[in-house]
Amino acid sequence: MKNFNSLLAAYMIFWAIVFVFQFSIARRQARAESELEKLKKQLAK
Amino acid sequence: MSPNRILWLVVKLVAALWMAAAGYAIFFIAPDESTMHAVQRIFYIHVSSAWTAGVGFFCVALAGVLYLIKREPRYDWAGIAAAETSLVFTTVVLVTGPIWAKPIWGIWWTWDPRLTSTFVTWLMYVAYLLIRTLVDDKQRRAVLCAVYGIFAFADVPLVFMTIRWWRGQHPSPVLAGAQPGSGLDPTMKAVLFFTWGATLVLFAVLMRARFRLEAIRGETEELRQQAEDRAPAIAAVSNP
Repeated sequence: MKNFNSLLAAYMIFWAIVFVFQFSIARRQARAESELEKLKKQLAK
Repeated sequence: MSPNRILWLVVKLVAALWMAAAGYAIFFIAPDESTMHAVQRIFYIHVSSAWTAGVGFFCVALAGVLYLIKREPRYDWAGIAAAETSLVFTTVVLVTGPIWAKPIWGIWWTWDPRLTSTFVTWLMYVAYLLIRTLVDDKQRRAVLCAVYGIFAFADVPLVFMTIRWWRGQHPSPVLAGAQPGSGLDPTMKAVLFFTWGATLVLFAVLMRARFRLEAIRGETEELRQQAEDRAPAIAAVSNP
């Protein structure tokens, strides 16, 4: 297929952007959850 | 496991399977376009991402209206979640467009009305995210973002109309306002709507994950406020 590499690149980039976003959410969520736990412990004292 | 969690696991599974099926349809079911060949298939990812982003920007405006009426933090969280997720899909549009344009037009980018207005929309929602980092007071921030999100949405119909009002380098519409003699092959149309359905479900999954993050941040902010309120009280007790 002519220009198949462009199609493949577009498709891969789509998934790369989605996975980077998903990964960024997961990382930020882990950080927020650990901060929340710390505050809960601090307030329980 | 709560029923809500089970429901979202099912939605995630549906998103994964539907996206895989859409990938199959794009590569193996959609007919080959006679002049552009394989590169034309970028159209399915590009257009469905653009439409999904449009729906997402509408969610931002809707969340803004609901926040201004009800003043419940969950609408502010929904607004940021929709804005960030839609921005991701707009980024896909802005990246996949030039990948298609280079072999077809011979250039990556041109300041055509559709391309420029899409880029301006992207910048407007980047500004929306920046506004959130600039205002500390959470209620002021939520009101400001709600109002901004409503006004920013005015740009979305403008982007939609650019290829109908002005003749630029971007291809003319093949749906909703297509010129006589132009249009989309029925199989291509089916693959496009099928891919759009898949990206909408994927959008819902990502937006929900982003919403959960904002809900945790909201709870953290509230507890931090409680801790700060308690600290002076403890200090006052120890130093009467």
